[in-house]
Amino acid sequence: MDGVAAPDLSFAALAPLLFVFGAAAVGVLVEAFAPRAVRHPVQVAIALTGAVGAFVATLLLAGTREVTAGGALAVDGVALFLQGTIAVLGALSVLLFSERALDPARSAFVAVASVPAGSVRDRELSTDERVQTEVYPLASFALGGMMLFTAANDLLVMFVALEVLSLPLYLMSGLARRRRLLSQEAAVKYFLLGAFASAFFLYGLALVYGATGSVRLSAIRDAAVVEGGDTLLVLGLGLLVVGLMFKASVAPFHTWTPDVYQGAPTAVTAFMAAATKVAAFGAVLRLLYVAFGTAEWTWRPLVYALAITSMVVGAVLGLTQTDVKRMLAYSSIAHAGFLLTGVIGLGADGSGPGLAATMFYLLAYGLTTLGAFGLVTLVRSGEGEATHLSQWAGLAQRSPVVAALMGLFLLALAGIPLTSGFTGKFAVFRAAIETGAWPLAVVALVTSAIAAFFYLRVIVLMYFSEPAPEGPTVGVPGLPTTIVVAVTAAATLVLGVLPGSVLDLADSAAVLVG
Amino acid sequence: MTDVPWLLLMIAVPAVGAAVVAGLPAAREALARPLALAVSLLVLLLAVLATVAFDTGGDRFQLTTAVAWIPDFGVDFALGVDGIALSMLLLIGVLVPVVVGASWHETPPPRPGRGPRSMRAFWAWLLLLESLMVGVFAATDVFLFYVFFEAMLVPMYFLIGSFGGENRQYAAVKFFLYSLLGGLVMLASVIGLYVVSNSQLGEGTFAFDALRQLEIDPGVQKLLFLGFFVAFAIKAPLVPFHTWLPDAGTQAPIGASVLLVGVLDKVGTFGFLRYCLPLFPDAARDLAPWVLVLAVVGVLYAALVAIGQDDMKRLVSYTSIAHFGFIALGIFAFTTEAATGAVLYMVNHGIATGLLFVVVGMVIARSGSRRISDHGGLAARAPLLAGVFLLAGLASLALPGTNSFVSEFLVLIGSFPERPVHTVLATLGIVLAALYVLLMYQRVMHGPARGVLAEPDAEPDAGAAPEPADPPHGGGGATAVLAAPAPARTRRVPDLSRREVAVVSPLVALILLLGVYPQPLIDLVTPAVEATISDVGADPGGNTPQVGVTPIEEDD
Repeated sequence: MDGVAAPDLSFAALAPLLFVFGAAAVGVLVEAFAPRAVRHPVQVAIALTGAVGAFVATLLLAGTREVTAGGALAVDGVALFLQGTIAVLGALSVLLFSERALDPARSAFVAVASVPAGSVRDRELSTDERVQTEVYPLASFALGGMMLFTAANDLLVMFVALEVLSLPLYLMSGLARRRRLLSQEAAVKYFLLGAFASAFFLYGLALVYGATGSVRLSAIRDAAVVEGGDTLLVLGLGLLVVGLMFKASVAPFHTWTPDVYQGAPTAVTAFMAAATKVAAFGAVLRLLYVAFGTAEWTWRPLVYALAITSMVVGAVLGLTQTDVKRMLAYSSIAHAGFLLTGVIGLGADGSGPGLAATMFYLLAYGLTTLGAFGLVTLVRSGEGEATHLSQWAGLAQRSPVVAALMGLFLLALAGIPLTSGFTGKFAVFRAAIETGAWPLAVVALVTSAIAAFFYLRVIVLMYFSEPAPEGPTVGVPGLPTTIVVAVTAAATLVLGVLPGSVLDLADSAAVLVG
Repeated sequence: MTDVPWLLLMIAVPAVGAAVVAGLPAAREALARPLALAVSLLVLLLAVLATVAFDTGGDRFQLTTAVAWIPDFGVDFALGVDGIALSMLLLIGVLVPVVVGASWHETPPPRPGRGPRSMRAFWAWLLLLESLMVGVFAATDVFLFYVFFEAMLVPMYFLIGSFGGENRQYAAVKFFLYSLLGGLVMLASVIGLYVVSNSQLGEGTFAFDALRQLEIDPGVQKLLFLGFFVAFAIKAPLVPFHTWLPDAGTQAPIGASVLLVGVLDKVGTFGFLRYCLPLFPDAARDLAPWVLVLAVVGVLYAALVAIGQDDMKRLVSYTSIAHFGFIALGIFAFTTEAATGAVLYMVNHGIATGLLFVVVGMVIARSGSRRISDHGGLAARAPLLAGVFLLAGLASLALPGTNSFVSEFLVLIGSFPERPVHTVLATLGIVLAALYVLLMYQRVMHGPARGVLAEPDAEPDAGAAPEPADPPHGGGGATAVLAAPAPARTRRVPDLSRREVAVVSPLVALILLLGVYPQPLIDLVTPAVEATISDVGADPGGNTPQVGVTPIEEDD
């Protein structure tokens, strides 16, 4: 044997990934060697450096179109745009994690995760200012996995990225300081269902390999042209899509979403809702357009049906929710459906406006939902966050600023003009109609109207209802949360009023190589 | 032609005013009200100046401004007005200061156990609403129109929801959802238009003038027409899309009711004229019979329901639905007279019904009740109030000499040659209008004092009146013309204050002025109406409606 030849690596093109994974690795070392007292600030600094560095690197790389790492990674416009988006969302999420001013015990994360919930030791620790700082390297790993996910040009790399992003998230879901059992239940549920989804993905991978003899997306593409209607290939594609749709919380693979969003620490929920969605759709776009772009007929009906299911399930079930976090979870399911509308709008072989529209939507939705969850962390009662809707009654009188910002985010989620949500919806609907999928767009519009009802209900509660006498207090956020809310609110407005330059950017970045 | 961007100023001034009012520190809150008045008067001035700069015989769209806004979507921030839009801007200019005056002593709904809420938000939302209303009429880019159309919902939603009556939450949400649903259906059509323009012109656009040139396949036209139509029919509202209006109109604070019925709903009929007819002429002609049926049903049904109302604001809301039926009849009859009448009707209805709402608000402010059965015998104690009430009512039933007569008459004579049956049926609506207006006037202003008004003077101010109303005076209606002398010990009802006189007098003057001399308004709108009607008729092979020379037309 000649030994394994080292693949050709373009380190420059991998800089964003290297930054984040580097930060994660350093974070682990800090966790092991740095004294407890300095860990928190150091970890925050490292995680932020990783995310911000990755973001800067994506900006510097703009325009790069290459396939590297022996063909396993594609660094193209789509990958860089989505990596940049994920990096920004990740940096903002890390800021949310680092908030020290809200919880009386100085952190939303548990002091020692391994202590059983409800035990004597746990009660002692519940007011301890110690904090599990592993969350930062975990977040960095998840971030790295997500960024890898969007650039994977090879089903095996995609699978590895899927696991790298998922495993830390399972852990992070269980780290809540308050209502720990709920949090742990969420973690277990997420893990079990996530493991199923990974298995589906893996099985699909195997079938596709069996049908085409390759895991490389470009090779699958070539094979798909020749073999077209091969049952194995179609079956494999279906299973791959199931695995990805699970991560993107598309109905009917959404059942974990409300429980996990509700149970996980809110900052982690924000991270999942915003960044995971971007990553999952990045992989969906790449899989469908690079590997199966020439065999559209295989997946188009499937995605069509999933889009409708997801929009309807998200909008209708969202109506019955009484918890803010669960409501936002169903909103996330509905938005996944809207995003699929954009995916449908891509047109044959990746041409058409759908790609840019979906990318813009991901950025807009990610920032808005992150801001909304950020505000949820501020509304608190005695035992942690007050997430029941009834507790939000009359919030505008207690805290006009929080209510106004939440109103803005909700209107953006509902897609009211002059907010980023409208621009995004318009872009994806236009893309869908342009490719002739107007029935899908009509369903999307009707479900938008249905979903608007539950966003409005929160606004009604905040503004037009009288506050309950023993209602929650609105915490005064520290600098990190303030930055997050300010940035996301500004972005929500700017992307609604003057979206031109970002749309241009998405347009010029809408190139897939492979 | 001057280079002053009048329309942009009319949008920017109230928007900046809203921001300033919203940002006033709590200590300076008293400034909000005068500031709102000043800004609204400034907008009126701008509207008048814009009218002066407008050349009636000139291009279809004037005072245009266009800046590329979102190049990726082909969207321009393009403003411009024709005579129809300009007349609506004038209406806004007049109504908003009146609304500010009428809401001068508006108080927020009481909060149990807490101090009064700040009214700053009310004035800020009102100014923002004015800015967006101007935008919706001034936009010449369909996308921009849509943005204003939807954004307009937000201030109105907060006006109703924060400052409305006891059932305000329900009314606000119902209003918002109905309009949003309509708007989203329209969005599908807006995008559809873009797609068609993309395939025909090679480049997608939303510019109204470019879209008007498109040759759209009739089947597609029908679908796109329906998208716009549903949105406007909800907005206008036509029966059966109307159920939100009585709730919203009743629960909204008086000022918001005036703007809701006076201006916001006109967006619907304006939309028919500006978008449905010129963009989809074939579909408009094909579907006109159905629309006309809705219009006539609306005229009769809403008038009948109005007669049965006991709540004054609800009654006025229903009368508006009947009036919108007339407007729709005028628009979809496709003759220049009828359409001119419809446009005049839009302006006149805003003035007449605006005044009626304002006066009803004044009555309610005195008695604390919206129920007709809680009133009676007001005329003897507040003759001026009764006089204005009567005038507003007569204008609303289109008595000759008032402004509405001109428009209603034009609609009817214009529609008759094309649609005799519909016109005859709609004419019955006039009789019903006389019934609901006069019955309300008679019960509120004449007869014995009832309800709270019959209580001894010592009673403190209005508020909750648990005392049951007297049994309705059945059968004695005919004798009630003579006001029963008010018993000595009933409550004193102040007549119009100087502020209230100042509020109603501009509208009273306009009702009388436009009743006897409507020519300037007709001259202003006729070219735009003719252009619209010829857009509908211009298609070859179509059933070209007769564009007769009207007695009111003048060449200059």
